[in-house]
Amino acid sequence: MLLIRCPYCEEERPEIEFRHAGEAHVARPTDIASISDEEFETFFFIRANTRGTVYERWRHVHGCARFFNAVRDSMSDRFIMTYKAGDPKPKKLPGV
Amino acid sequence: MKKYSVFAIAREAMRGHRGWEQQWTSPEPKAEYDVVIVGAGGHGLGTAYYLAKEHGITNVAVLEKGWLGGGNTGRNTTIIRSNYLYDESAGIYDHALKLWDGLSQDLNYNVMYSARGVMMLAHNVHDVQSLKRHVHANRLNGIDNEWLTPEQAKDYCPPLNISRDARYPVVGASLQRRGGTARHDAVAWGYARGASARGVHIIQNCEVTGIRRGPNGAVTGVETSRGFIGAKKIGVVAAGNTSVVMNMADVRMPLESYPLQALVSEPIKPVVPCVVMSNTVHAYISQSDKGELVIGAGTDQYYSYSQAGALHNLEHTLDAICEMFPVFTRMKMLRSWGGVVDVTPDRSPILAKTPVGGLYVNCGWGTGGFKATPGSAHVFAHTIARDEPHPINAPFTLDRFRTGRLIDEAAAAAVAH
Ligand SMILES: Cc1cc2nc3c(=O)[nH]c(=O)nc-3n(C[C@H](O)[C@H](O)[C@H](O)COP(=O)(O)OP(=O)(O)OC[C@H]3O[C@@H](n4cnc5c(N)ncnc54)[C@H](O)[C@@H]3O)c2cc1C
Ligand SMILES: [Zn+2]
Repeated sequence: MLLIRCPYCEEERPEIEFRHAGEAHVARPTDIASISDEEFETFFFIRANTRGTVYERWRHVHGCARFFNAVRDSMSDRFIMTYKAGDPKPKKLPGV
Repeated sequence: MKKYSVFAIAREAMRGHRGWEQQWTSPEPKAEYDVVIVGAGGHGLGTAYYLAKEHGITNVAVLEKGWLGGGNTGRNTTIIRSNYLYDESAGIYDHALKLWDGLSQDLNYNVMYSARGVMMLAHNVHDVQSLKRHVHANRLNGIDNEWLTPEQAKDYCPPLNISRDARYPVVGASLQRRGGTARHDAVAWGYARGASARGVHIIQNCEVTGIRRGPNGAVTGVETSRGFIGAKKIGVVAAGNTSVVMNMADVRMPLESYPLQALVSEPIKPVVPCVVMSNTVHAYISQSDKGELVIGAGTDQYYSYSQAGALHNLEHTLDAICEMFPVFTRMKMLRSWGGVVDVTPDRSPILAKTPVGGLYVNCGWGTGGFKATPGSAHVFAHTIARDEPHPINAPFTLDRFRTGRLIDEAAAAAVAH
């Protein structure tokens, strides 16, 4: 089981308190009705599915119930950092 | 290739078993092949086998980064069934089921396909509606599936708990009698032996690290840990690693790769005569010919390439097993392991041409592609050989996520396997 640090509660909690919520920084188009089929496919279905450093959303459902973002290594499952929703995608990662 | 037979066993018994030959050869890679298959799981090896056998294309290599059958093929719980809801799914999964029934003879290799029946339990009104809908849809497609009362279910599988006092009582079940199990390793080995005998090169410990393309964009070969290997056509059959390999040709995939775990118990005498699945309590179980209970868990919630999952998923599954079979509460579990399964948004596979010339992909089998191995390999070989899909896999395109023609087995509640 993973230990995940919620950036709002500011503590590490067991994975079962959280719900994974998919790839992070996938922006919903503002005018979704007018985009092309290709753009919709990219937004809705296509995923990076990276083997290595992944940026993903989590939700602390059984805690503060808030969404936040995490950076994790998808080969070792080790968390590199977590940060609040709305914060920009980190350019430099700690210890990397 | 020397044929396996009862006479061969007798002959070898007489001379101390010194005459058995290697089941497949391990040649040095050639400079170029007509077709390179990336990934030596059952689907990849089967594709090579049918390319050689049905299409006369024998200048083929199957490249495997690890060992043959060491991916999901060798890690799965081997449940075989074809009772999917939609016509397209019925087409491809039943094509496979028909091939299972004769595969041992075709390959001259005992894949131990055992049509012991797959029973799916209903615990509530929603389950009853969903499973009955499947029974009717399957019958319209000529696929056997029948409805059982709890008593009939217990008749078919005596250790099943059908007490009304259970936390999730069994209120009925569907049964596909032609469903069952097969020996996973034997499927990989049998296809490898058959392909190798027809001239296919199986090259293990050879990781594909790049896909080279010519001026017109079409593929020209693959970069590997053993150097460049030319290829007129490339078939990617890399399961959990498909996104990674396809990215090498700049194709981004509608896939996410999740850990999926299974475990086996200590071996015991025959007690579970069929496969039992429950989508609601999320557990499935069968008994191997060695006597181990083979138990499958659900995927982890996050994507990962670690080939390991969390313990709480296994605990959750064992809770459900003990609920369904109280008789197993004191059994010991021997081993658990994980694989990496490639999941599509509609939970149906992709077997298709791609926007890149000469590049084909067979993926997205997720948590349930072992059952499809012969059918998938058969139609994928056709797709590569003819450069057009077989009618059976024609709906399983890559661009259905743009056109919207999904084959939504996920929404149809055919969860898992
Ligand atoms: C725990 C578990 C239980 C399951 N239970 C069932 C079940 O009961 N019934 C069912 O129908 N299905 C089940 N499945 C799903 C099933 O195992 C898969 O859908 C199926 O085996 C996929 O076969 P494959 O040949 O496509 O993939 P694999 O057997 O995974 O083969 C892909 C191969 O590609 C290789 N590869 C990857 N990247 C590269 C590269 N860059 N270069 C070279 N080689 C590469 C890998 O090493 C691997 O050997 C289960 C899966 C798991 C993990
Ligand atoms: Zn929190």
